[in-house]
Amino acid sequence: MPAEAVIERSEKPAGAARARELLGRWEVLVAALFLLTCVVGQSLSSEFLTADSFTTASLDLSEVALMALALALVVVAAEIDLSVASVLALSSAVMAELWNAGLPLELIMPICIAVGALCGAFNGFLVTHLGLPSLAVTIGTLALFRGLAYVVIGDESVTDFPIAWTDLAFGNFAGTAIPNTMILFAILAVAFGVLLHATPFGRSVFAIGANVEAARFSGLRVKRIKVWLFVMSGAVAALAGIVISLRNSTAAANVGQGFELVAVAAVVLGGVSIFGGKGSILGVVLALALLGAIQKSLTLAEGISSYWVQIVIGTLLIGSVLGPNLVRRAREARGSRPTRRGKWPLRRAATPNAPQQ
Amino acid sequence: MERIRTPWAVIVALLALTLAFAACGDDDEEPTAGGANTTAAAAGDGEIKRGLKFVSMPKQLGNPYEEIEHGGFEEAVKELGGTHELVGPTDASASSQVPLINSTIQKRPDVLGIAGNDPNAVAPALRNAAKRGIDVVAFDSDVAPDARKIFVNQASSEQIGRDQVKILAEQIGEEGEIAILSATANATNQNTWIKFMREELKNYPNMKLVKVAYGDDDDQKSFQETQGLLQAYPNLKGIISPTTVGISAAARYLSSSDKKGEVALTGLGTPNQMRKFVKDGTVTEFALWNPADVGYLAAYAGAALASDLITGKEGEKFKSGKLGEHTVGKNGEVILGPPTRFNKENIDEFDF
Repeated sequence: MPAEAVIERSEKPAGAARARELLGRWEVLVAALFLLTCVVGQSLSSEFLTADSFTTASLDLSEVALMALALALVVVAAEIDLSVASVLALSSAVMAELWNAGLPLELIMPICIAVGALCGAFNGFLVTHLGLPSLAVTIGTLALFRGLAYVVIGDESVTDFPIAWTDLAFGNFAGTAIPNTMILFAILAVAFGVLLHATPFGRSVFAIGANVEAARFSGLRVKRIKVWLFVMSGAVAALAGIVISLRNSTAAANVGQGFELVAVAAVVLGGVSIFGGKGSILGVVLALALLGAIQKSLTLAEGISSYWVQIVIGTLLIGSVLGPNLVRRAREARGSRPTRRGKWPLRRAATPNAPQQ
Repeated sequence: MERIRTPWAVIVALLALTLAFAACGDDDEEPTAGGANTTAAAAGDGEIKRGLKFVSMPKQLGNPYEEIEHGGFEEAVKELGGTHELVGPTDASASSQVPLINSTIQKRPDVLGIAGNDPNAVAPALRNAAKRGIDVVAFDSDVAPDARKIFVNQASSEQIGRDQVKILAEQIGEEGEIAILSATANATNQNTWIKFMREELKNYPNMKLVKVAYGDDDDQKSFQETQGLLQAYPNLKGIISPTTVGISAAARYLSSSDKKGEVALTGLGTPNQMRKFVKDGTVTEFALWNPADVGYLAAYAGAALASDLITGKEGEKFKSGKLGEHTVGKNGEVILGPPTRFNKENIDEFDF
């Protein structure tokens, strides 16, 4: 039972207790930071703890939040996709162009998602079949897809989408303060959570991230799985492109610049190891809440420049990569090297050692 | 490190807290707050409320031109006895202002002055601002008309076009061959201005437009085109270059040629790039709107809106401090006025 449970649902207390603890600690840390941000935010502005803040902060983060979910899986598999924001822009541009051409939105949206999936497949192909590092590939396609977006639509922006759709993307769910986009996010979060934590596919993703050689020798179709991860990432980014276009009632090639940074920050801050093999969707969701709270608190505070949002996010990103590494090194220095691995393919930060002193 | 046995309880509690915010619903909406409830019957124009709260939002932080505009905005806010905060995004993409507008709404200023990155991407958020009683004034770069009450336009295209011909006419005694050095052949702004230049030239029968050259807003090309114009038209009396790139390249060529002082040059330029050429006598006078005044006027328009002196309808008048008085035109547009002329006497007062 123990191993089973850990694999299927990370939040269930289970046999690989140490792994659970480590994971737990990380998420508790993020949650604590979230609370701290709330306290600081409220002290900076009395408007912080309001329904308005929740609505707008989550609405403003919608696209990044969606992209972070699929990106988390890519990172768990020890790859990265930096082209997500450019796929978002390309999707927005394609949407604009097809709308100008007179197609109905109901048809345009699946086409956009297909375009995103294709972009992802292209990334995946370069990474798996040509054996190129995903960092380099997706930096390349970051420029390439953004460029394509400008080719498709140029400097124009298209704004005459049907109000029924734009209201849906901009509005709140049934009279609550929860934006509709967050409902979409919640559905996808559950879907990706189940996919990663409760399916053989998810298990394979962890296995590949932990040790790609071992995964290959145990018969996993590594290339195929990785391509699928990139395809999903592209498709979700394209979905985010549709959301941002409708939410702002504007489709343009320059939307979402720099979103990839925030998405990666959310994933890494959420405890997904940048070296692969470790992480949970719950952590990513918590990290998104933290990022949203940080953005909101800094923009609500009087006289704090928006440069600070970038500075804080950048610092957190570095901190969340550095933190686990320092902990590991400190442990190694104390000589308590891990002697056995948990059945759950954990690596690096997840060294399941040490009855704590 | 300490052991933490049940982290999940904390997380669940946090999520519950988050949901609790969400469930609070919209019941904390007050119509308008802000510190603007003290109407002071003082300071010249009496009816403007004191203590108004202003926020101004550029397209992007760190753009020198916009900093001057928002400096003018702030100057006006000080005169009006209000408080000012500058809030801006770090990139100029279509939607980068939206989160900032959303947070600004929560701060409940009385006036939001904005230079829109994209006229429509910011519109839903700005309409929300209007619903909360915030008066939105666009300046420099307009937003969707239903998302703001007033747009402060630097100058009308007609005035910009006609004024440049007038300036040149003064300098060459209303007669002789003239040429235009424009940007690209399909530049919308420049072509509109040139259209009005041709109109204005009808008032000067002795001035003859011999050529419209295109320097493509490229310094080197503009430089060469100027050279070409002077060679092809030895009797040329004047050049109008309605683009900041063109006028400075033309001035650079002229200042080192033997035609310096013989061929007049005017157009649209910034004082900083033209100062040298005005001082060495290559250029007598050129024009541009004063960006500080654009922001200044926007703040006064916002103050008048927030004090319920105007509503943004055509024909309404409001006091605009040192600029005098302005009238709201069609579609809530307020035009700053004729472009500012820069010459030896005043150029050192400007830094942009």
